[in-house]
Amino acid sequence: MQTDVKKFAAKPGTHIEMTYFDALMQAQVEEMARDERVVLVGEDVAVYGGVKLLEQFGKNRIWNTPISEGSFTGMGIGAAINGLRPIVDLTVGSFLYLASDQIINQASKLRFMTGGQIDIPIVVRCCMYSVGSNAAQHADRPYPFFMNVPGLKIVSPTGAADIKGLMKSAIRDDDPVLIFEDNQLWTVRGNVPTDPDHIIPIGKADVKREGTDITLIAVAGAIRATMEAVDALSEEGISVEVIDPRTLKPLDHEAFKTSVAKTGRLLIVDNAHRVCNVGSEIAAVMAEEAFYLLKRPIVRLSAPDIHVPFSPALEMDFYPTKKRIMQASRQLL
Amino acid sequence: MTGTHRSHGHPIGKGAHLNALMAELMGKEDGICKGRGGSMHFADKSVGIITESAIVGGGIPLATGCAFSAKVRGVDQVTLCFFGDGAVNQGAFHESLNMASLWKLAVIYLCENNLYAFTTSLAQSHGQTDIALRAPGYGMPGLTVDGQDVSAVYEAVARAVNRARVGEGPTLIVAETYRFDDHSFRSSSRVLGYRSTEEVERHKRDRDPILLYRNVLLEEGENEENLIAIEDEVTDAVKQALQFALASPMPRPETLPDYMFKSSLPGQSFAAELERS
Repeated sequence: MQTDVKKFAAKPGTHIEMTYFDALMQAQVEEMARDERVVLVGEDVAVYGGVKLLEQFGKNRIWNTPISEGSFTGMGIGAAINGLRPIVDLTVGSFLYLASDQIINQASKLRFMTGGQIDIPIVVRCCMYSVGSNAAQHADRPYPFFMNVPGLKIVSPTGAADIKGLMKSAIRDDDPVLIFEDNQLWTVRGNVPTDPDHIIPIGKADVKREGTDITLIAVAGAIRATMEAVDALSEEGISVEVIDPRTLKPLDHEAFKTSVAKTGRLLIVDNAHRVCNVGSEIAAVMAEEAFYLLKRPIVRLSAPDIHVPFSPALEMDFYPTKKRIMQASRQLL
Repeated sequence: MTGTHRSHGHPIGKGAHLNALMAELMGKEDGICKGRGGSMHFADKSVGIITESAIVGGGIPLATGCAFSAKVRGVDQVTLCFFGDGAVNQGAFHESLNMASLWKLAVIYLCENNLYAFTTSLAQSHGQTDIALRAPGYGMPGLTVDGQDVSAVYEAVARAVNRARVGEGPTLIVAETYRFDDHSFRSSSRVLGYRSTEEVERHKRDRDPILLYRNVLLEEGENEENLIAIEDEVTDAVKQALQFALASPMPRPETLPDYMFKSSLPGQSFAAELERS
């Protein structure tokens, strides 16, 4: 799957093809080289993907922590208040719940509660796992949980160029930013600008495929099954416009409305559990602000309100599949 | 420095101006936190206070982070972290002390042990009531001082600061103190009965650190008139602060979203949100 290839076909020498994971690492390396205040903090970060970082930047910039998610996240927040720009890597999305008190009660609130006396330039990274028998405690998609918290910026890039550009934006941002990776996207390749100032602004969605019949908003890892379904649907003569929100907070409602104005039909695919997920929020806002543009009721596909199972037989169809996306699209017409 | 929901005195001790503190208590525009924090969140960055957390123990990782930053940046800042006996039972206390000791961070954990976490006494909540004994478990010194003795506290903290500055790492200091007033406006200890009136009165009579220190100064030969002059100065400063705070305007409702973000967001309209709700 190469969502960004067309967009960044571009002149030779200005782009390089790489995976989503390598683009993420490159963003960290470039930003750490650019700004000595950027440090990486987390469990096993000096080993997993961090060996090169350790060689380049040394132990004073790469901090392997004890298994104390709540407190090393709080430590990152304190360090951010006191002059650093930490990237706190919580590795597995489910571990974000352990750090949620510090993220919500401290990071999101302290600028407001101190009347703007302090800034908290921290990035909290985590990866969401699926389809690998990780079972329910290693397969959460906690972004809806944090979307209900004021004071946080939340991004969920799906392409190599996007994750590099959004990671750079997150690191350079003066407020707390949560960045949700998806392990299903780590190997996805794309053309990534070599410009060290390649920035994707927070709060801007992107049209990943232009179309005229249906607007399909695919959230985070859902992009993978979505693109497969959209390719197959185009062979049936159904033209789907795919929008990647890229930023989940704040959502780019204008981009959604612009597309729905064209198609009149909206399908939202979100791998998070169904109740109060990103799809719920988008559907609510579209019902409030773009109801008159819709020709059909909004359709949402998501993971069920059931925990992620271990057995491959149970997990296989747990998230919205190519088949389900195709069926829902046909029914929308 | 980080404080707690009870840290009214800490900013004053660090030299904060009383006007902005008093205005904050009244939720005024000129409050130190622009009326967004209030009584439990008296942070004054101008004197080095980054936060006062009303989540018990919530400031401990933040203080640890301030010290971590000082280490990474190679500066000789020392962080002072206040919390109470209740916070000692939070996971954040243990996780943070471990990391601070592991990395020899320049931080002083100062537990103000006032014997009660709201209504729950030390004996009812601590398997080990000698809080200083928790420190050796994390490879750092722990000591107990009379928290009502100004000189004893000063000396203990000064020693811990020196130790931190020379790279020997954190210290846990337990200052034994007492809460003269109730936990909050609506939780009278007389009504709730978790401590006796006699106990409270005894502490007020015999253990007031200001009265105790006054006597020390007099014994050391300080002139009574000088002390009265200082006390009058303090009374005047409080009166002035009160006038300032009363005269300060309330924040305008349309300023509600101010201070949410440093970097503003595209397409975000709080005005529209306010209008809708």
